[in-house]
Order: sequence, then structure tokens, then C-alpha cells
Amino acid sequence: MVKASIEARGDLRLTRLTKSYGDFTAVDDLSLTIPKGSFFALLGPSGCGKTTTLRMIAGLEEPTAGSIHLGETDITTTKPYQRPINTVFQNYALFPHLTIFENIAFGLRRRGQKDVKEAVDKVLNLVELPHLAERKPTQLSGGQQQRIALARAIVNRPALLLLDEPLGALDLKLRRQMQIELKWIQKEVGLTFVHVTHDQEEAMTMADTIAVMNEGQIEQMGSPAELYDNPETAYVANFLGQSNLIKGTISGNDGDSLIVDLYGQKIALPKNRSHAIDNSTYAGIRPEKFRISLLETPVHGNVLTGGRIEDVSYIGVSTQYQVEMPWGQELMVFEQNDDGVAPFNKGDAVNISWAPTFTFALRGDEDVTAGSEVEPEDLDEE
Amino acid sequence: MGKIRTPYLLLLPGFGFLFTFFILPIINLAQTSTQTRVSGGDTGQYEQTLRFTNYLDAFVENKEQFGRSFLYAIIATVLALAIAYPLAYAIAFKAGKYKNLLLVLVVAPFFTSFLLRTIAWKQILGEEGFVVPTLRSLGIISESTTLTSTSFAVVMGMTYNFLPFMTLPLFASIDRIDPRTLEASGDLYANGLTTFRRVTLPLSMPGVVAGTLLTFIPAAGDYVNAAILGNPNTKMLGNVIESRYFKIVDYPTAAALSFTLMAAILILVTLYIRKAGTEELV
Ligand SMILES: Nc1ncnc2c1ncn2[C@@H]1O[C@H](COP(=O)(O)OP(=O)(O)O)[C@@H](O)[C@H]1O
Ligand SMILES: [Mg+2]
Repeated sequence: MVKASIEARGDLRLTRLTKSYGDFTAVDDLSLTIPKGSFFALLGPSGCGKTTTLRMIAGLEEPTAGSIHLGETDITTTKPYQRPINTVFQNYALFPHLTIFENIAFGLRRRGQKDVKEAVDKVLNLVELPHLAERKPTQLSGGQQQRIALARAIVNRPALLLLDEPLGALDLKLRRQMQIELKWIQKEVGLTFVHVTHDQEEAMTMADTIAVMNEGQIEQMGSPAELYDNPETAYVANFLGQSNLIKGTISGNDGDSLIVDLYGQKIALPKNRSHAIDNSTYAGIRPEKFRISLLETPVHGNVLTGGRIEDVSYIGVSTQYQVEMPWGQELMVFEQNDDGVAPFNKGDAVNISWAPTFTFALRGDEDVTAGSEVEPEDLDEE
Repeated sequence: MGKIRTPYLLLLPGFGFLFTFFILPIINLAQTSTQTRVSGGDTGQYEQTLRFTNYLDAFVENKEQFGRSFLYAIIATVLALAIAYPLAYAIAFKAGKYKNLLLVLVVAPFFTSFLLRTIAWKQILGEEGFVVPTLRSLGIISESTTLTSTSFAVVMGMTYNFLPFMTLPLFASIDRIDPRTLEASGDLYANGLTTFRRVTLPLSMPGVVAGTLLTFIPAAGDYVNAAILGNPNTKMLGNVIESRYFKIVDYPTAAALSFTLMAAILILVTLYIRKAGTEELV
């Protein structure tokens, strides 16, 4: 049994996983499959249950209900030390009394592996810190400790590597660099990575698949592009990037397209991008998908007329506009500055246009502000 | 200039105190230890003759009590460690909101006198206490066995009296351990026992060293427990020094024994710290 679980390999399958603390449910009936060899991100705001989920997978927390399978093996009640799973802890949790070498060798020694020296040297080279082998953890910088924590985990070649906001303590520049390195290392070693983060940009940069979590449940799962281009809920639409959500009514069909009435103006969108359950809907368009044009300029695709530029902010690579529409809503538009000067001024009367395929439709009963609040954690970031 | 002098001024009261109450008495004791009795003089009259063989005589005469002091002190230290470690561990990691309350309970015995508490042990282990009748009815000790005035009682008393000195430094050092390092150990394939041996224990070594020293050193020089809970055959060096000094009024032997005890403790402690220092301390 012990042998069997430590040797287990394959996809990770969480089935109706639940964790309650008293009458508070931190993880709520969560089911999900993480394919072997993938870089999987669990994305959600602070307090949504990411760490709890990860700790249950690692065996550090016992689920209230549900099961965890690795391949064919049920590991729900297996002790942490009998799971072929390693964790990179948020604060690294390196052993302060051991040298870097012994920190990394810890797991290998426990499993009685031969050639410890060779394996440790190899992984130290992989994280590019071979010269630090004889130091103690307190003599390392945050970024170095982070790499050692990673090395200490991957040296064991676990079936699954769990990373709990591993870059959270690093400054922005180092974090961006480590994101690229982590992604590269994952490809290099070919292990399954489950990466927990509240930073949507980080999740998008690194992961093959992202599961967006909200209040203990998976809101939506998919590739970064799928989630960004075709969010199913207002929460996902707002949490990953920014969205313009315009109230409307589905008024008809046109082949593969739906016709939606937005305050009297008709637009089209592909049927397979609609998540509405009845006629009432919110049409969603990302700010960078919009084009602004002066009234006399001819336009194609979907058009909304009667806009007036309310605010212009020039931020280098792009210019951000706030455009007030006849029904009082302000839409956000990002225009690339590929021709040098900002061509529109505050007060200009404009039309807004975009390609129908860039539109998504949400249920009409959504809370359009869901997922858009600024989190305290995000404030110190950018 | 004034700024540079400030630290030295701050040290002054401490130095003054140490000089008056430690250095001077030590010098005085050293002088006393080589004196001899004035022939024909009164009791307690001694003169300086630089008789260093006082040391040898004192040691040879009392080597049994010497050995007993160290034996009892070592046993009491080991017992106190065995009791205090789980206690400190539980207070640090498992007590939750009761942590402070439990710490207060650990030091609570200090609110009554050391002497009274030791006398209380005499009653606990006495014929009328609950321990002896219980052990007898369970057949663990025979009807004729008593617990008072035994070496067992002395060691128990010492263990009890020094337990807080063991518990507090252990707690301080275990409490500093990040519980996530213990989780990391489990995550890296170490079971509970291995985690204790490889992570918890090494990380708490400063507490173990401090606690064992704070217990062993006073225990080796203790005489109250042996006086109250022991019998003439459980006398420790402290008892000998006490009776030489106050009863027999043989100051030189008492002084020589004091120095010998001090030297022996110093040597043992130095060896111990050397040994513990080679283990992986933080
Ligand atoms: N041991 C615990 N007791 C009570 N509540 C807890 C405990 N651990 C976590 N929680 C709660 O569960 C929720 C999810 O926590 P967590 O999984 O750490 O969130 P995240 O990692 O997404 O920020 C939080 O509201 C947190 O307060
Ligand atoms: Mg967390």
C-alpha cells in the first residue's frame, strides 16, 4: 500500500473535494482533473481556498468530503510522506539548521536514494546556484531561497509538484524573471506543476491550463486564451484582465450568429460564445478589441454610435480612452500607439467598432462587478 | 567622547555587583581553602599555611558524596528533560489559545517557597500520602518499602524542583520553530519520528543545551532535596559543605570542596557544550 502510493503516477483527479472549518466551507464540492505533465494554475483572489486545496492534495489537510486520485491510486487518506508529491511552500520553509546541500538532499536521503551527491549537484546547476551548496538558508537572498525551495522539491522527481504562490515574496522584476525560468524548468523536467497564484498575469504567462477559483469553487477552467477570449462568467471576465459588459437582449438568429440589441443598436456575436440562458444578456468586449473612429470614417463589423470621449490617458505603448455612450455607461478602450500621436481628444464625438468574433455574451442576471474589486494584495504589486 | 563612554558607564553597576558579591567572596574562599587550624586555638580559628593538600584530603574523604552529586544531578536532568520536552512541545504547538495560561502554570510553583514545596514532597511520598498506599495495593512496591528518606525521593525532588528551568528554555526554542518546516519535512518523505530526529530536535538544541545546563548545574550543588527527602546514605556534596561550614566549623575543607565542585562542573559543562556544539546547532 505504502509502496503503491509512493509509486503512483498519472493524472491528478479531485472528486467533489470539500473542506469545512466549522460552518465555513473553504473548498466547496470541487472536482477537477489535472493532466500528467501539464503546468496547471489555480487562480483566484486571496481567501478563495487555493492554499486549502493544495494542502489537501499534499496531505497536510484532511478533506471533509470527496476523494483525491493520482492515476488509479486513491491517495485521499495517504500520509504526506507516502505521497509522491512535493510542495514549494509560500515562505519556502527551508530547514534553517541544514546547509543548502543537505536541504536539497533531505528527500533523497529519506527515500534511501543512491547517488545523492550527483542528483543534488545536477539540480543545483539547473537552478544555477551550484556555488551555494555549503551555505545555510539564512545566508541567501529571497530569490535564491526560492530557487533552493524549488530545487529541494524537484530533485525528488515527484509525480506532482505543488507551488503555493512561490513568487509572492519577490519583487516585480525578479518575479517576472522567475516566471519564465519556472516555465522553462517545468518543460525541462517534465513534471506536473500545480501553481497557485492570485496574480492573473502570472497564471496567464506560465500555465497551460488555468482554473479560476471563487469562494471554494472552480468558476471556469481552460487555456489562458480560452479564459480571456471567452469567459463564461462576469467574475472570470473581470478577474482576468478588464471587460466592458453592456446590458442587452438577444433579439434573433443569423446562421451561426446571435443578434443582440444593446440599447437599440444591434450587434452580432458567434453562438458558441454565448453563455446566456435566456434572452437577457450582457455583451462582453475586451477594451483592446474596440476601435474608435470619428463619425465620418466608414467602419466594419459591430458598431455602436453616439459615443463621446470623456477621458484620455496616454500610457506609452497605448492610449486609454473612456467613452461615454448615449445610455450613460462609460466604455474602456485601449488603442495601440502605433502611429505616434493620440488622435482623439476629450469631447470628440465618436463611433466604436469591433469584430463580432471578439464578443462574448454572459447571463443577464450576472453581477457585472464580480471579480473586479482591487484586492489588498494587488496594491503593492504594480 | 561622552557617547563612547556611555556603554562602559552602563556596565558599571553590573561590574560593581559582581565584584562585591562574586569576585571578593571567591578570593576569600580561595584563601580559606588553604588554611589550617591554629593549634590550641578556639573552634573556627584558622591561619593561612598554603596547605594545598587540603584539596586532596577533602576529595578523598568525600569522594562518595562527590560521585553521588553528579549521579543524582545527571539522573534528575535526564528525567526533567524527558518530562519537559513533550510538555514544552505541546505548549508550543498544540496549546492554541491556552499557551500563555500553561506557561503561567509552569512557573506557578515559584510563587511558593522552594523549601515548602520540597517538604510537601515528603508528605506526598509519606506513608499517609496517596502514592505509597496506591503503589502497595497495585503490588508495585512491597508492604515494607517506603519512599521517604530514599535516593528515589531525592532524585524525584530534584527533578520536580528544576523542571521549570528545563521547560522554559525548551519552550522558548521549540516555540521559535516554524511549523511549516515540520510540514516540509513530512512533505519530503520523513515520517513523524524522522521529522523529530532530523528537524525538530536539531532546531530545539539551543533549548536542550540551555535547559540541561540550568538544571544540571544547580542540581549538582543542591543540598536541600537530599537534606529533606534523603537519609545519611544519600548525602550529596552540598550537604557535606553545609555541615562542614555550619556544624563542624571546618571552613578550609568546606572551601576546598566548593572549589573542587565548581571546577568539576566547569569541566563537565565545557565538555558538554563542545560536544553539543559539534552537532548541527543553528
Ligand atoms: N485552519 C483554518 N481554520 C479556519 N479557517 C481557515 C483555516 N484555514 C483556512 N481557513 C479559511 O479558509 C479560506 C480559504 O483559505 P486559503 O485556502 O488559505 O485561501 P487562499 O490560499 O486562496 O488565499 C479563508 O477564508 C481562510 O480564512
Ligand atoms: Mg494561500
